[in-house]
Amino acid sequence: MATDATHDAAPARISGAAGQSPAPAAGAREGAAVSLRGLSRSFGQVRALDGMSLDIAPGELVALLGPSGCGKTTALRIVAGFEAADAGQVLISGKDVSGIPAARRDMGMVFQSYSLFPNMTALDNVAFGLRMRKVGGERRKQRAAELLELVGLAAQARQHPHQLSGGQQQRVALARALAIEPRVLLLDEPLSALDAQVRVQLREQIRALQQRLGTTTLFVTHDQEEALSMADRVGVMRAGRLEQVAEPPVLYSRPATAFVAEFVGTMNRVPGELAAGGARVTALGATVAAHDGHEAAPGPVDVLVRPEGLSVTAAGDGNAIVTARTFRGAVTRVTVLISGQAEARIDVPSAEAAAMPPGATVQVTLPAAPVLVAPRRAASDAPALA
Amino acid sequence: MAAVTQAPPARPASAPARARRGRLPAWRWAILAVAGIYFLLPLYAALRFAGIKAYGSVFSRTGFTDALWLSVRLAIVTTLITLALMVPTTVYVHLRLPRLRRLLEGITILPIVIPPVVLIVGVLQVAPGSLKATPWLLALEYVILAMPFAYRAIDTGLRALDVKTLTEAAGSLGAGWGATLWRVILPNLRTAMLSATVLIIALVLGEFTMASLDLYETFPVWIVQFDQTDAATSVAASLGALFVTWIVLMLITWAGTRQARRTGGGEVTLFTVARTDTPTGS
Repeated sequence: MATDATHDAAPARISGAAGQSPAPAAGAREGAAVSLRGLSRSFGQVRALDGMSLDIAPGELVALLGPSGCGKTTALRIVAGFEAADAGQVLISGKDVSGIPAARRDMGMVFQSYSLFPNMTALDNVAFGLRMRKVGGERRKQRAAELLELVGLAAQARQHPHQLSGGQQQRVALARALAIEPRVLLLDEPLSALDAQVRVQLREQIRALQQRLGTTTLFVTHDQEEALSMADRVGVMRAGRLEQVAEPPVLYSRPATAFVAEFVGTMNRVPGELAAGGARVTALGATVAAHDGHEAAPGPVDVLVRPEGLSVTAAGDGNAIVTARTFRGAVTRVTVLISGQAEARIDVPSAEAAAMPPGATVQVTLPAAPVLVAPRRAASDAPALA
Repeated sequence: MAAVTQAPPARPASAPARARRGRLPAWRWAILAVAGIYFLLPLYAALRFAGIKAYGSVFSRTGFTDALWLSVRLAIVTTLITLALMVPTTVYVHLRLPRLRRLLEGITILPIVIPPVVLIVGVLQVAPGSLKATPWLLALEYVILAMPFAYRAIDTGLRALDVKTLTEAAGSLGAGWGATLWRVILPNLRTAMLSATVLIIALVLGEFTMASLDLYETFPVWIVQFDQTDAATSVAASLGALFVTWIVLMLITWAGTRQARRTGGGEVTLFTVARTDTPTGS
């Protein structure tokens, strides 16, 4: 498994982030290292987690990305202390916290559903964790007010949750989680209930705040755009295991498995022929290098290429027919049927796409750079073609 | 008697609902009028029958104060025991044993299905003599009778909350079980507990069968005793009791609604209905 392949490449920017923060008083605390070791958890017959391991560096934001039911939320809840693992350990700063109840783990959590206490004002919500830690009245109020200011909601301090919008509620929830100076911040799809526009704003705000405070953060999401734009590293999960943990650009350009390749971003499958030795592959009339590390045997294979990787030109004697064309601004996505069997989506500068109306014959060519290769997928596995 | 339901917060729908309330269709007015006559006519008849003088004489009758005070004490004790038992139980079932919710619902409906006469005869057979000698046996029986209403009120209140998430949020912030229950769950169940209280008080103040078979002179039993000799006083006392109970319930409802409006929680709503076992004269 490729889990640990890029794990040493934890970003270097963390070290500078905590110390020079303009408002270190509110919520700043040296981030803790988090280590998940061989976590397993079953619910009846279902294996939600199957020996998952992950190391998170202090101050790092790692996103767990995967389809629903992949185990990402279970992993987060085990770290939080809401679920116990059947096997494996959670280490915070090197110490096993398995026996420690959630209330004494010092973890801030923001939930998917609105979790503010309806009977308290925004300020009292933020102050709740401090009250539980016996912080005195004046100091508590002051710190809670600072935190609310940090998330830009100082004016809403005296309002009750039902008077706040969804985005505001999640910002208060974030302030509340940060108020206790958590060793780890846990975000369980905190943006998924919000409007698209609010979601984008809030994810930038969360990321900026997290970097400023240097809090180690585990972020669970099913939204790849969210994961790719916010995280230092993204872990793609499938069936209770991590398929790959890598920085977003690496995940996009060098996916470790076919699952990751197709789950993150759009990916085309073009039929090809892998030469003996497995180093070169022939497809679309060209032979190019194949990335190593693939699991395909020589013979018929699928070549995986991103929409921007394939190039297409209008040609009367070409190998493909345009079936659809979607204008997207600077680029136009052209859908083609290659040799009457494989469908591919290709991004073309909109000016060039004018010459490729649906029905036109075009020539599709592979990039010169090395490509990803995967075992040929049986027709029955393939998603229905349009 | 009064029945209470707890309406889940319905803010988005409230604006159009308010607009609609202005122009009630004619057939609704007709139904309202028929129902109004059905409920108010007997009350008016009772008022006419008793005459004004009877109301003055109610208070001077022997046993009035004792009977009323006993009923009030029973109402208070029953409410306290019921809430102390039902709130933690219902919260626990919601959080930890959600699959048992159906079963609990079934169990709590039993006191409605089983007639009070059956319950009380059974209890009197097995209750220890020392307990039978005090009216608190009656309070324990009322706890059973109140269970269906209390459970439903609290269950509705819990459903309107996301108890699991709130509990976990409180836990992640360092709150133990006690703090979570006291500072997070109970304050948000205030409306539901008020609803339950309203129901329990109304039930206890109106219950006749058990008290009568237990040989305790609660307020309803006291009223019925006069039925034989002085019907006018009996009717006057019933009407007075009805009115006072109604005032108490309105006060509780008003307080609950004010609280709910402040925190955006559910709303206590009241609609009065007649209950067959309330002795409002004969």
